Amino acid sequence: MNEELLKLNKLCVDYKVKGGYLSAVKNVSFSINKGEIFAIVGESGCGKSTIAHSILHLLPEHNEVIKGNIYFKGSDINQFTEKQLEGIRGRDIGMIFQNPLDSLNPVYTTGFQVAEGIMLDNVSKIDAWNRVVQLFKDVKMPDAEKRAESYPHELSGGMRQRVMIAMMLARMPELLIADEPTTALDVTIEAQILNIIKELRDKHNTAVMLITHNFGLVAEVADMVAVMYAGEVVEQGTVYDIFDNPKHPYTTLLMKALPRKTKKEGRLQTIGGSVPRLTENKPGCRFENRCPYAMDVCKNQDPAEYNVTDSHTYSCHLGKEVK
Amino acid sequence: MSEPIIELNNLKKYFAINNGVLAKNSYVKAVDDVTLTVNKGEIMGLVGESGSGKTTLARVILNLTKPTDSHVTFDGVNLSKATRKEMKKFRTEVAVVFQDPASNLNPRDTVMGSITRPLILHGMSKKEADKKALEALEQVKMDSRYLNSYPHQLSGGQLQRIAIARALVLDPKVMILDEPTSALDISVQAQILNLLLDLQENLGLTYLVITHDLNVIRYISDRIAVMYLGKLVELGTTEEVIDNPKHPYTMGLMAASPILNPHERNREKHLMQGDPGSLINLPTGCHFHPRCPYATERCKKEVPKDIIFPDGHQVNCFLYDEKNKTTSEYTG
Repeated sequence: MNEELLKLNKLCVDYKVKGGYLSAVKNVSFSINKGEIFAIVGESGCGKSTIAHSILHLLPEHNEVIKGNIYFKGSDINQFTEKQLEGIRGRDIGMIFQNPLDSLNPVYTTGFQVAEGIMLDNVSKIDAWNRVVQLFKDVKMPDAEKRAESYPHELSGGMRQRVMIAMMLARMPELLIADEPTTALDVTIEAQILNIIKELRDKHNTAVMLITHNFGLVAEVADMVAVMYAGEVVEQGTVYDIFDNPKHPYTTLLMKALPRKTKKEGRLQTIGGSVPRLTENKPGCRFENRCPYAMDVCKNQDPAEYNVTDSHTYSCHLGKEVK
Repeated sequence: MSEPIIELNNLKKYFAINNGVLAKNSYVKAVDDVTLTVNKGEIMGLVGESGSGKTTLARVILNLTKPTDSHVTFDGVNLSKATRKEMKKFRTEVAVVFQDPASNLNPRDTVMGSITRPLILHGMSKKEADKKALEALEQVKMDSRYLNSYPHQLSGGQLQRIAIARALVLDPKVMILDEPTSALDISVQAQILNLLLDLQENLGLTYLVITHDLNVIRYISDRIAVMYLGKLVELGTTEEVIDNPKHPYTMGLMAASPILNPHERNREKHLMQGDPGSLINLPTGCHFHPRCPYATERCKKEVPKDIIFPDGHQVNCFLYDEKNKTTSEYTG
């Protein structure tokens, strides 16, 4: 169970922008074990999707600089050539995105698009089609046979996301990267899609990297959580560590900002200020300008990482005192 | 008793779909037979999945579209028969804030221009309007230095504050908030929710909040109305609807909605199967029967009636019908 599948070591992603670089992801390290649902959670613009896209080199070319190591089953795929990466995409690491309509080709039937991936492995057309219908049944698509012959615009949002999952399932990757997979869906459909993802993990021991801004999803399905703020992982641990015993001031404040009560029980916590510009690559804690506990040291020195337990770490200058 | 401000009686809004010259027209029953009263000073939450008719209902209340049958009564005035003068007054008394502030503010107009526009349209002088705009900006806790900014220079949270300020300038009695926080991050969402609650308490406003986020609705509202495919299926106080849902659809919605506590993840969940369904091919009888675990033959044929419990909790389901009602269970 505790077999390491993916390990990021000091991953940095800089985007080229007018007059310099924007540091979208800074020194991110974590590892995902087989059969684990690892959630990366954070507010918009914190770099969660950049991490997901940089793993498979899906970012717009020549526009970014990726530094650090991305170990997948022991080999550093950040050093891989495009050809080698093609062998990994889909087969070893599958991906599903937020808006399935953007990921599906409108002029081909959904069944054909799923079969295309299967036929890459030298499977005959008929076998591939039968496989597609079976996959559609696996993802609980109503009228699987009929839906395989439908075009994307004929399906509802939930069905389209099922097609994406079927496409990913067709090659049974060991790691699934799900980037906001249910954001565009209604809650009842969201719950169904989450169930399919959980089943996939339980049956095939697939590891899932779940990228989301929705703490509700994290509370429902994640085993491990990394909380991101302005391109950095500020805290990581098991889902219980993060919800029951948050240590970093950002996580602590966020937990109190979640609408978990009624208005009769008092107002929600808010976090003043806004995310700093990431173009200035200066040292110091990036949460400093909004942090109620900010000290002088926070302004000019990167915080070190502290362990609460083996699984629970956070990066904050307050750590010294806590320890 | 509390005083009603918005009254709907068997309100219907159908949209005709043209099936061609020879075919008979069919209808999309976006709002079907909705009876709902919003009282002065309360926050009414309206929940439902996409396509359940929530936004259409809001549009009918705002008089942006005419109801097919029945009418909206606002503060005792029947809007279908209102005079020009009454309509003008109505438009100052009801304000609306939409989901995506970026697309609702004129990109070529400054914050000041956007906020003062309704005032000038209602005949206020430029000078007075500017003064009023400053006050409104203060009410939404924004610095006056943003007055000359353009929407693209502001963040999502700031834009939503501007939209709220614009809604406030005419001193409305009622605000209709259509998904006011769904485009925002959690920390900003908390700021906007708190702001809305403060304004409501200080100014004695009435809110109709439309959202699909049950955590938000539980936090903010006094009463909750649940819609499914154009029908109002359940209505009650927040505590009643959240802790003691009666309609099978509300139960399913509660089960599907994520709870912000990992210790609750292994609770028993009865997930609803199937899609929310479409308003075009509506099922006969109770609209919910194809997804309902308790559906009987009767649900497929007859349309259920609203059943009102002594505590005011209202539900549209045969499960609680007189015939099925066991006295011990529902004496509440």
